[in-house]
Amino acid sequence: MEEIILKHRFLPKHEILSEEEAEKILKKYNVSKRQLPKIRLKDPVIKVIGAKEGDLIKITRKSPTSKESPYYRVVVDE
Amino acid sequence: MEHVYKNINSISFGFFSPKLIKKMSSVKVVTPELYDKEGYPVDGGLMDIRLGVIDPGLRCKTCGSKLKECPGHFGYIELARPIIHIQYTKTILDFLRSTCKDCGRILLSDEELKLKLDSLKDIEKRYGLFFKRKKIKEIINSLKNLKKCPHCKAKQVNVKLERPLTFFEGDKKLSPIEIKTKFEKIPDEDTEILGLNPKYARPEWLILTLLPIPPVTMRPSITLDTGERSEDDLTHKLGDIVRINQRLFENINAGAPEVIVDDLWDLLQYHVTTYFDNTVAQIPPARHRSGQALKTLTERVKSKEGRFRYNLAGKRVNFAARTVISPDPEIKFNEVGVPKAIAYELTVPERVTEWNLERLKEFVKRGPKKYPGCNYVIRPDGKKKKITDETKEQLLEELQLGYVIERHIINNDIAIFNRQPSLHRMSIMAHKIKILPYKSFRLNPAVCTPYAGDFDGDEMNLHIPQTEEARAEAEVLMQVQTQLITPKNGTNIIGCLEDSVSGNYLLTKSMVFNKDEAVQLLFSIGVKKIPNFNNVVEGKEIFSSVLPGDFEYIGKTKDNDDVIIKKGKLIKGYIDGASIGEERGNLIRKLHRDYGEDVALDLLSKLFRLGIKALFYKGFSTSLKDIDLKQDILIRIRKLLKDSEDGVDELIKTYNAKKLEILPGKTAEESLELLILQTLNKVRNKIGEIIGESLNEENPLRIMFHSGAKGSILNLTMMASSVGQQALRGKRIRHGYDGRTLSLFKKGDLSPRSRGFISSGFKKGIDPVEFFFGSMTGRDSLMDMALRTPKSGYLYRRLANALQDLKVEYDYTVRDANKTVIQFKYGEDSIDVSKSEKGTIDIRNLIREVIGK
Repeated sequence: MEEIILKHRFLPKHEILSEEEAEKILKKYNVSKRQLPKIRLKDPVIKVIGAKEGDLIKITRKSPTSKESPYYRVVVDE
Repeated sequence: MEHVYKNINSISFGFFSPKLIKKMSSVKVVTPELYDKEGYPVDGGLMDIRLGVIDPGLRCKTCGSKLKECPGHFGYIELARPIIHIQYTKTILDFLRSTCKDCGRILLSDEELKLKLDSLKDIEKRYGLFFKRKKIKEIINSLKNLKKCPHCKAKQVNVKLERPLTFFEGDKKLSPIEIKTKFEKIPDEDTEILGLNPKYARPEWLILTLLPIPPVTMRPSITLDTGERSEDDLTHKLGDIVRINQRLFENINAGAPEVIVDDLWDLLQYHVTTYFDNTVAQIPPARHRSGQALKTLTERVKSKEGRFRYNLAGKRVNFAARTVISPDPEIKFNEVGVPKAIAYELTVPERVTEWNLERLKEFVKRGPKKYPGCNYVIRPDGKKKKITDETKEQLLEELQLGYVIERHIINNDIAIFNRQPSLHRMSIMAHKIKILPYKSFRLNPAVCTPYAGDFDGDEMNLHIPQTEEARAEAEVLMQVQTQLITPKNGTNIIGCLEDSVSGNYLLTKSMVFNKDEAVQLLFSIGVKKIPNFNNVVEGKEIFSSVLPGDFEYIGKTKDNDDVIIKKGKLIKGYIDGASIGEERGNLIRKLHRDYGEDVALDLLSKLFRLGIKALFYKGFSTSLKDIDLKQDILIRIRKLLKDSEDGVDELIKTYNAKKLEILPGKTAEESLELLILQTLNKVRNKIGEIIGESLNEENPLRIMFHSGAKGSILNLTMMASSVGQQALRGKRIRHGYDGRTLSLFKKGDLSPRSRGFISSGFKKGIDPVEFFFGSMTGRDSLMDMALRTPKSGYLYRRLANALQDLKVEYDYTVRDANKTVIQFKYGEDSIDVSKSEKGTIDIRNLIREVIGK
């Protein structure tokens, strides 16, 4: 898959969170990784940004009501 | 029955093993006979008394308990030949495909097996059972087409399932006996990879050798009026099974030819299959002698009338009433008129105390036949006594502290009122009871909107809460005033409607009263504080005197004119639907925000009545002459219509000359259609404008649509001038004959008239051709409605079921019952819609209010 898909204007920003950042998020919402929304390892964006299973992905979406809204998903292999 | 109270630690699912079936049985059923000559159940028959009691007075032979105490006991029959269980065919197929046909091992080498088992365990631990099952499916699929057994190297043949229950290995038919022997060879370790725990589920148990007979308590027989016994469908079916089974046994023992044995075997298979499921495709359903299909096990459980949706998910209650609804604008919004006849039946339990003893005694004294009386007295030990003429005296004497009486509902008792379908929370609201004569529930027309009801025969349900807690909850959380604002978009779902809107409009726009009239009008709507009016009172003043003295409001009318209220005085503009209407009444929204729900509802109900009562002084009606148009207007309209028809002709001519400008992405025909539609729509709008301008301010129709009470200029255009283009699926009508809509037109005629343009109006009358086109769209919309309603209902049901346990947690995340996060911030902005205005919060407005201007 090519990097070009990241440039599509309908694709929100995906970034891999570092261990510490991920830990912070889990703590903030008081959740385990199993309780977070999932994203597949096969997902094109995940392939391009090179995330591994168990990584926490931060997606910054544009929102009509609050300008930007963060969303977190855990990479799973299934 | 003995109750067992224990916590459930875990549940495991498995198949019945023959051993277990025998163990849990108390009877071996050997004969299809039910009763002997005396009508007594036969030992070893299907109604054996050891299977449980269904007749009152008898005791169970197995457990010794009485009817309703004994849960019933299973029996079993020994099948002469193994039988395939219809619900297990898929699992059986999976097993046949994933194991070796010769050695019975799984088609995985030992190393692979170990690897896969480990990964399964890992998946179960990390992602749960759902994903484990998915993985197992994958493994089974990967084993399907292997050609060689990795253990004994035997060549594998593809196994097929010939629906509904015959298995083929290549071209060879597999009998249940063969399948069973194959399955017995599968070692325990190999079954685990296919998701079985061999302790509870061995593959060979998938093939039935013993059949459990359910207890008689789940298939009770009914004694008819004639004294004849009528057996349950299941008993009939089991009788068939036992009978054929016996014959099969006899034939096998007598050494009958194989054809006969096989025939009987197939018949037994048929009976067992239909016993489990009588709606299997390709298998004719077993029927009664009357030709009606039997209701066997699967049908008992499945679908809307099945055990789940009907008995377990369906709830039935007492203390409820249902009848037709009708309007009563004189009762309050949060009242419901209850017919006296219903008040005799519905009761509220009230505990006798020192302070209410005398009062409650009066209720008992009046008894059940005199309103407001009392139907039952409950003693402290829980014994319920009905009050009758005989028991009345004694109960009255007996009544003392600690007793509970069930007295008739009276005015101001709280009740829960509901109209199905209960699509949103405003479909169920709490009202105060008001006992009224006649036989229908009465409700204020303003609460039609939240219930989505009208009075064309709608019925509604009423429930009486029976505990203090329930009553308090209903009163505090469910009353009409708590539901003023809809959580859909934060606007007021209850507002003024119809005459009330036109009334307030006229009142604030043009009406003038003398002092006496003004005072009377205000008093009639319940305003007690009446200001000192001058001798001539403007409608605006009257409207203002309903509002609180410190009310400030700036808003717009429907036509974008300013409405300004300062210090509770309407100083500019007039009131219309945009201020007080349903789901758009900004004034009401502001009242609610500034003064709270109770005041808002009170004021709203006053404004509602003010509008109606104001109209009484003027009178409001409409007639045919209100849609009469002046001669010069008519001429202008006629010319417009003629022009547009010429315009369309011109378009068609250019099209025929192939000179029409083709729109991007469209064919020439499509472009033409679009341009014609545009021209025709334009003309109708223009006609609307002309008519709108020509209307007198006093015209009742204009008042109605200008105030936002009902209708639009379009409706008026349709009556006064022309109905307009009839369209099917967004296109002009083109159905009927080849190239034309009706045989009186020429082939290929694209003129407005031949394609469903109705140039006459309803008042003048429409001609047969136009009427026909009108009927076409009418029928289409009727069909559309009839087909769409159940579809969208089902869609909504699925949506509601899927979302029912989502909730906003204290940290503003949306989570389901497992506390899995669905949204990290509710709606991405964590705005509570019911506290917003149309889903947003107007900061500018807030600032203006805080700094005062």
